[in-house]
Amino acid sequence: MAEAKTGAGLAQRPTSPHVQIWRWHITMLGSILHRATGVALYGGALLLALWAASLAAGPGPFGGFKALLGSLPGKGVLFGLTLSIFYHLANGVRHLAWDTGKGFEPKVADMTGAAAIAFAVAATVAVWVLAALSGRLV
Amino acid sequence: MSLSRTPLGRVQGLGSAKHGVGHFIGQRVSAVALVLLVLWAVGSGLRLAGYDYPTTVAWLRSGPNTVLTLLLLGTGFFHMNLGMRTVIEDYVTQPLVRAAVLIASQFVCWIFGVTGVIAVLKVAFGGGVY
Repeated sequence: MAEAKTGAGLAQRPTSPHVQIWRWHITMLGSILHRATGVALYGGALLLALWAASLAAGPGPFGGFKALLGSLPGKGVLFGLTLSIFYHLANGVRHLAWDTGKGFEPKVADMTGAAAIAFAVAATVAVWVLAALSGRLV
Repeated sequence: MSLSRTPLGRVQGLGSAKHGVGHFIGQRVSAVALVLLVLWAVGSGLRLAGYDYPTTVAWLRSGPNTVLTLLLLGTGFFHMNLGMRTVIEDYVTQPLVRAAVLIASQFVCWIFGVTGVIAVLKVAFGGGVY
C-alpha cells in the first residue's frame, strides 16, 4: 500500500501496450467489434424510438421517416445496423457462455470468435437477399 | 486490508458503491431476453419494410406486436444504458466531463425510451381510423 500514489507517481509506472502495439488476433478483433456494434446499436435504438414517434405523429411524418430510411444512405445505415445486430447477438451469446466459465481455451475462443463474425455476415446477407427477393428494397 | 481502496478512501469509509453486481446481472438478464426479442424484431422489420401507413398501424395495434415492441424498447434501452455507461467509464477519465457524459447518456436513454413507449401506446390505444 505504501506505493499507492496518485498524480506524479503514476507517470513512472509501466503502462500496458495499446492497440497499435499488439499483433491483431481474432479474439481482440471480436472484443473491439462487440463494443463498436454495441455503440452503433445505441443509435439504432434511437432510430426505433423515432420510428414509433413518427408512426404516432401521422401519415406525413411517417412517410418522411420511411423515405429517409429508404434512401441510399438510409439503407446503408440499416445494412450496418443489421450487421451490428447479428454480430452483437452472436458475440453476446459467446459472452454468456464465458460467464458460465466455458470457452476460454485459446483455440475454442478463436473458433467461436470466427463463428460469430461468419454468422453475422451470413445472417445479414440472408436478410437483405430476402428483402430484395420480396421486393421490399424499393 | 483491502487493496482496492486508497488509504484515504479506507479512512473515509469510501469505496465501491456496492452496485456493481446489479449492473452485471442486469446486463446479462436483459441480454438473454434481447436474444429472442431482437430475432423477432429483425423478422418484423423485414415484413414492415413493405407496409404502408395503415398496414403498419394495424400491425402495431395487434396485441402481441404491441407487447413485444414495448418489451423490445424497455429491455433494449435498459441494456444499452448499462452498456454505454461501461464504455463511458472506460474512456472518459476527466471527472467532470465523465459526469456530464454519463448524465447526458442517461437523459438520452430516458427521453428516447419514454418517447418510444408513449408513441407505441398512442398508436395502440389511439382509436382513430386511418
